[in-house]
Amino acid sequence: PHAGPVESKNEAAMSELVPEPRQKPVVPMKPMGINANLLGYIGIDTIIEQMRKKTMKTGFDFNIMVVGQSGLGKSTLVNTLFKSQVSRKSSGWNREEKIPKTVEIKAIGHVIEEGGVKMKLTVIDTPGFGDQINNENCWEPIEKYINEQYEKFLKEEVNIARKKRIPDTRVHCCLYFISPTGHSLRPLDLEFMKHLSKVVNIIPVIAKADTMTLEEKTEFKQRVRKELEVNGIEFYPQKEFDEDLEDKTENDKIRQESMPFAVVGSDKEYQVNGKRVLGRKTPWGIIEVENLSHCEFALLRDFVIRTHLQDLKEVTHNIHYETYRAKRLNDNGGLPPMTVETEENHESNL
Amino acid sequence: YSQLLFCCQFSDSAGYVGFANLPNQVHRKSVKKGFEFTLMVVGESGLGKSTLINSLFLTDLYPERYIPGAAEKIERTVQIEASTVEIEERGVKLRLTVVDTPGYGDAINSQDCFKTIIQYIDNQFERYLHDESGLNRRHIIDNRVHCCFYFISPFGHGLKPLDVEFMKALHGKVNIVPVIAKADTLTLKERERLKRRVLDEISEHGIRIYQLPDADSDEDEEFKEQTRASIPFAVIGSNQLIEVKGKKIRGRLYPWGVVEVENPEHNDFLKLRTMLVTHMQDLQEVTQDLHYENFRSERLKRTGKPVEEEVVDKDRILQQKEAELRRMQEMIAQMQAQMRMKPGDD
Repeated sequence: PHAGPVESKNEAAMSELVPEPRQKPVVPMKPMGINANLLGYIGIDTIIEQMRKKTMKTGFDFNIMVVGQSGLGKSTLVNTLFKSQVSRKSSGWNREEKIPKTVEIKAIGHVIEEGGVKMKLTVIDTPGFGDQINNENCWEPIEKYINEQYEKFLKEEVNIARKKRIPDTRVHCCLYFISPTGHSLRPLDLEFMKHLSKVVNIIPVIAKADTMTLEEKTEFKQRVRKELEVNGIEFYPQKEFDEDLEDKTENDKIRQESMPFAVVGSDKEYQVNGKRVLGRKTPWGIIEVENLSHCEFALLRDFVIRTHLQDLKEVTHNIHYETYRAKRLNDNGGLPPMTVETEENHESNL
Repeated sequence: YSQLLFCCQFSDSAGYVGFANLPNQVHRKSVKKGFEFTLMVVGESGLGKSTLINSLFLTDLYPERYIPGAAEKIERTVQIEASTVEIEERGVKLRLTVVDTPGYGDAINSQDCFKTIIQYIDNQFERYLHDESGLNRRHIIDNRVHCCFYFISPFGHGLKPLDVEFMKALHGKVNIVPVIAKADTLTLKERERLKRRVLDEISEHGIRIYQLPDADSDEDEEFKEQTRASIPFAVIGSNQLIEVKGKKIRGRLYPWGVVEVENPEHNDFLKLRTMLVTHMQDLQEVTQDLHYENFRSERLKRTGKPVEEEVVDKDRILQQKEAELRRMQEMIAQMQAQMRMKPGDD
């Protein structure tokens, strides 16, 4: 999106200093059926292969944040999602540690590889959220962190000598963990999602869903969906960003039926019917994490990783980041953000 | 006791008085009178409290229950709701009062959420104190809270800050029995780890939970020990009947299996129920001898005298004041008379 028509002289001068927003990456056009009578094969479709090769070479960043009261299985779920030990659970964190008195932000990065594709995955944990007796405004440190990443990116963007590939630390996806009470959302859930759905993609999940029977799960999901709607909370995928009818149909189904995903996580394997499966073993049976008749983990995984990963990044970049950027520029009278003048970054902006 | 029993066999022998029969008489009178018991239930919403109570007493104490949404909960404060039910079993009547505390722990800021609860418990003590000090003590109703089930979340790693604060504030006022409900969310290993952690934190903070008394000579010592070792009880509640191996049992049906409420290998429900039922008497005694007496001595220390003396004192003070008033009136009358007698300078 462009900054707006260049009207005054001022703005004309400015456009030399403020680089135009980077173009959206070129996406192959959907078949329109008009030019069906090509005289021969051109080879435009090979662009998909070119893009694929490029992506494999450069790899990509993905930053996922987890928010929820302590003990809801956030770390385990993230480990299960990426089938690796990527959460703070696996990097020296002791579960017997005291709950921190204020919300802390802990980011842990890992590079994971699959099929030749490298992902630089950062898991951002928020210990202390919702655990105190007084949890007023406990979302503020989280909002601050998210905005700081936008600010970091903005500063890099307005640099005159820009890096070829700006490191992207912006939060692409925020998994919000709802406690499986079976009743309704808690006041804190509403407050958090109200504030943060405006700055980041929020995906609500129902944690430790093995505590509910199928009926209880269905009822609870309906109840939560209704509450989110009544309170005007737009979780990802947001209705207003559906690009076309195809998106809308697909996303409607997800929004109205599947979400919030009722999940169970585990990093332990058991033998079930001759197969090794991730699960939880209880005296009354084994809960299989990837079995759709047991829980919706596989739906969440497919949604976040296999179908909507790129879109999560795009919405973050094109919508949330742009909103932040526009606000910053506006606040600054249309000028790029000021940085402390040092010899080093004297070149960066004026 | 066993000695007396021995004596009973020789009812006609010299030296037998017959008061060995007293326990039976007390027992019969109690059965006639019926028992009263007040159980308070505290914990965040959605921890399975109501389901557990219904399961314990095989009843539906909350037939027309309304569960408020999150937006409503934002404005709500802690309420106290008491429901009474009369349960009769084999001729023994129990008048059970269950005191619920909806709203506890729900608010974003839960700093004052147990003030209401403390006030309620104190009020029952106050009322009992007043009744006890009154003239007609024949029908004192005991509404004091004899036991408080405190529900710990099975989803956490141990006690939450609110749990610690609550128990510290109330362990001197009521018998606290910590309970972990919705225990079917935990594997056996997780359950053990959680129990251990809870006990460690309880001892770390000096919290005094209800202690089971040592086994009497006629009680099973080993069973008592096992029960004690299971605290905090990790339980599952349900009144739904599910068919398992041809039998209808109470449980919860999952795609991966059935959790049985009364199966000791699945959870501690039976242990909790047995403990409660066999210790109602002791819970009442400890409430009377420890918590109530604490309250009473604190209360009396504050006002300086017991209730009756206070009243007598007031009378005396009133008389004194009246005498003083009369004296002053006399003085004024005297002064007025003197002024009239003086030659007028005005």
